[in-house]
Amino acid sequence: MTELSHIRNFSIIAHIDHGKSTLADRLIQQTGGLTEREMSEQVLDNMDIEKERGITIKAQTVRLNYTARDGETYELSLMDTPGHVDFAYEVSRSLAACEGALLVVDAAQGVEAQTLANVYQSIEHDHEIVPVINKIDLPAAEPEQVRAEIEEVIGIPADEAVLASAKTGEGIEEILEQIVQKIPPPTGDRDAPLKAMLVDSWYDPYLGVVILVRVIDGVLKKGLNIKFMQNGTQHLVDRVGCMRPKIEQLEELGPGEIGFITAQIKEVADTAVGDTITTVKNPAPEALPGYKEVQSVVFCGLFPVDAADFDKLRESIHKLRLNDASFTFEMESSAALGQGFRAGFLGLLHLEIIQERLTREYDLDLITTAPSVVYKLSMTDGTEMELHNPADMPDVVKIAKIEEPWIKATVYVPDDYLGPILKLCQDRRGIQKQLTYVGGRAQLVYELPLNEVVFDFYDRLKSISRGYASFDYEAIGHREGDLVKMNILVNAEPVDALSMIVHRAAAETRGRHMCERLKDLIPRHLFKIPVQAAIGGKVIARETIGAMRKDVTAKCYGGDISRKKKLLEKQKKGKAKMREYGNVSIPQEAFIAALKMGEE
Amino acid sequence: MAGLALYIHWPFCVSKCPYCDFNSHVRDSVDQDMWRAALIADMAHDAALTGGTPLSSIFFGGGTPSLMPPETVAALIEAAEHHWGFAEDIEITLEANPSSVESARFADLAGAGINRVSLGLQSLDDEALKFLGRAHDVREGLAALDIAQKVFARTSFDLIYALPGQSADAWQTELERALGFGTGHLSLYQLTIEPGTRFATLAARGELGEAEPDHGAQLYELTQACTATAGLPAYEISNHARPGEESRHNLSYWRYQNYAGIGPGAHGRRGDLATTRHKKPENWLSAVDRNGHGLQSEDPLSAYDQGAERLMMGLRLTEGVSRDRFPAALLDRSAIERLTAHGLLYPDTDRLVATPQGLLVLNSLLAEILVD
Repeated sequence: MTELSHIRNFSIIAHIDHGKSTLADRLIQQTGGLTEREMSEQVLDNMDIEKERGITIKAQTVRLNYTARDGETYELSLMDTPGHVDFAYEVSRSLAACEGALLVVDAAQGVEAQTLANVYQSIEHDHEIVPVINKIDLPAAEPEQVRAEIEEVIGIPADEAVLASAKTGEGIEEILEQIVQKIPPPTGDRDAPLKAMLVDSWYDPYLGVVILVRVIDGVLKKGLNIKFMQNGTQHLVDRVGCMRPKIEQLEELGPGEIGFITAQIKEVADTAVGDTITTVKNPAPEALPGYKEVQSVVFCGLFPVDAADFDKLRESIHKLRLNDASFTFEMESSAALGQGFRAGFLGLLHLEIIQERLTREYDLDLITTAPSVVYKLSMTDGTEMELHNPADMPDVVKIAKIEEPWIKATVYVPDDYLGPILKLCQDRRGIQKQLTYVGGRAQLVYELPLNEVVFDFYDRLKSISRGYASFDYEAIGHREGDLVKMNILVNAEPVDALSMIVHRAAAETRGRHMCERLKDLIPRHLFKIPVQAAIGGKVIARETIGAMRKDVTAKCYGGDISRKKKLLEKQKKGKAKMREYGNVSIPQEAFIAALKMGEE
Repeated sequence: MAGLALYIHWPFCVSKCPYCDFNSHVRDSVDQDMWRAALIADMAHDAALTGGTPLSSIFFGGGTPSLMPPETVAALIEAAEHHWGFAEDIEITLEANPSSVESARFADLAGAGINRVSLGLQSLDDEALKFLGRAHDVREGLAALDIAQKVFARTSFDLIYALPGQSADAWQTELERALGFGTGHLSLYQLTIEPGTRFATLAARGELGEAEPDHGAQLYELTQACTATAGLPAYEISNHARPGEESRHNLSYWRYQNYAGIGPGAHGRRGDLATTRHKKPENWLSAVDRNGHGLQSEDPLSAYDQGAERLMMGLRLTEGVSRDRFPAALLDRSAIERLTAHGLLYPDTDRLVATPQGLLVLNSLLAEILVD
């Protein structure tokens, strides 16, 4: 056990690509956590997706031993937190486990919206912030301008900001030194009843569920009977340790220390992030503050492209859930897409990550329906319901009021692109709350309905600003809206997978887009096919797919019969693979393409 | 009761045309005695199984059967008559290339018993003929047509249209000229890119394509109108004849009657059996040598297969097919009603007949009305 005065717990706040992981690697290397040979690039991001996207999904920690200039050896715990708003709650728990943070800002890019949100969170946790201006080796680096920006935008002193290059190793020593000098040591009482925070957990095929903890008071050791205060379950601790980043087993974890335990837990779903761990024998009188239950914000349908893969999809979803308890799912059956699941996610990135992991790690071809948000419906009979799937929308005459989730979005964008971004926010029913100019850039705060954001807001934002705009958001509750269910009818029959809930004012545009798209996607038939968008009985957009003009074999004689019959059989088989709507066969590719997000 | 049709395949060509996917081969030399003997043997085998029905038609197809020695043609016709006997008005057709070398033999072929010729004229435009890889030019082709019309009782010729870049006007001019030769039968095919041909290779490289469906449909409709006006209405999707001048041989395919097919790659229908001959000339030849016939397989056809084939072939005809020739379970009644309402089938309770619009989309139409 280490004396409290010699412990420093810190997180790293950085925008994607500002070099967080490389910096973490450098710190590990500098303090000898891994030998040169063991260093693979970006040790901390374990998953392929994390490495590729440069984002952290699961919190990771590394314990470093650093001998400072004062001659003392300190135990530094680096907490690499999820860097995305979808995981805001996880981030808040990770931050709660630390006393300070490194703020890493790219010397060429400057401060980004996402950085802001996280740094404010960190400040809310009373963290000491150590600014680091990274990538000073870049030709485009403007450290002095970035220094000014940190002071101006974030409002923290940056005169002592470390100028560093994680790539060349410059400034790494200074960072370690500032961590020791500026970040306060944790406090805690070794003799008090055990109180530890469950920061994160994941499934390890060898160890079972591994729990990342921060001990507040008391001592965690092997053989202890522990209790999760929120979850109510009891477990026997069978391993205590820390990551260096290799696993190292320890005798115990004392107050102020960050480490891991295993306790023969089979499913990550049994471990709630933010829960308080105490002992069965001598429990803490009260749980730690700030616990929240995870709630899905965005929903979508997941269907196998090949119906025969449904069992594989079910199995894969169950397996994934072992490791990520923050998404929910239930069976869904669609006339268009067959058997599948309706899944709930923390946000759009989370949705994409799960979808990608299913595709990649479990080798599944998936159709993802357009994401939808959770609507709160007040019925005329006084009851209330939550709507996750447009297909489940009750008869409008029974609905008294529909409320939709709103968010507060912070967009950070170079001045040049401000006009079109303002228009985008305005088009999406946004309410402007704030507009601040900071040295060539603008910080925009808008209130927006989430359903306008899940549609393709982020993609539009990126394309309008050529990738320069950054975006972050937080939920601000539900508000009443003039929302309607729009059906898409093919040859007068509604296609369930394509129905959506939209604001009445946006319905016509969206409906027209969808009809135009389907016109290109549905092959010509022997007859004209009307494609309509309708609200209730009222058609708001219409396209017509012309009848097929020519499909005939020019030559067919006695020698051709067998061959042409095979072609006919093939044609019939192709038809059988399609879904029928009002005698119209729609190929599955058409659904996939029509449902593809963000291409309008 | 209809007679039997006999198809004889001659697989050799002087050169291979880039659009043709028929069973045709280019060989330096052909052992004519051996081939004559082998075809006669192959014929004898099928004759033993189908004897008793006089032949209503014989068709020499290829390849280029106009390259056959007239003696071989004569010997085969003689053997056929010996085996089956001939119906009184038997139609004996031979496919011919309109080259000067071949047209010089027309009189001998007529002497051998050929009474109808089908000329591969293909185009009345020299550029198009070059594109299609044909050895003759327009002048030579028309000279051959002239000889054929004098020598043979009945003559037909083929044209390929909807060539890349061919406008409706250009085709109409060509077709009207073609209709002016007084020929009683025309086969008018839209260019189709068949797998395995040189055109298919070009198409895969994006250098060639079939006509756009809308343009193809326009050319097709134009063809129907012109031929009808000229008194040679369509009786099948690509075939037009003065009434009475229809190809009786081909009608027996479309009416799904029995036919014997001999020679390399020839197909036949014998009752509920589909017969297939070895396709490669050398393989067929050695099979005949070994077994006394060139058969590769005889496959039984289920009632469903037979019904599907009858429908697939019969609907190509403007006369359509009689409904009572099908097991009722084969047809999707609701699809038929629907397609009738869309104007693709005539509302007729006894026969299934596709309208002109229906003929143009026959493949899709078949896929709709045929029950799985």
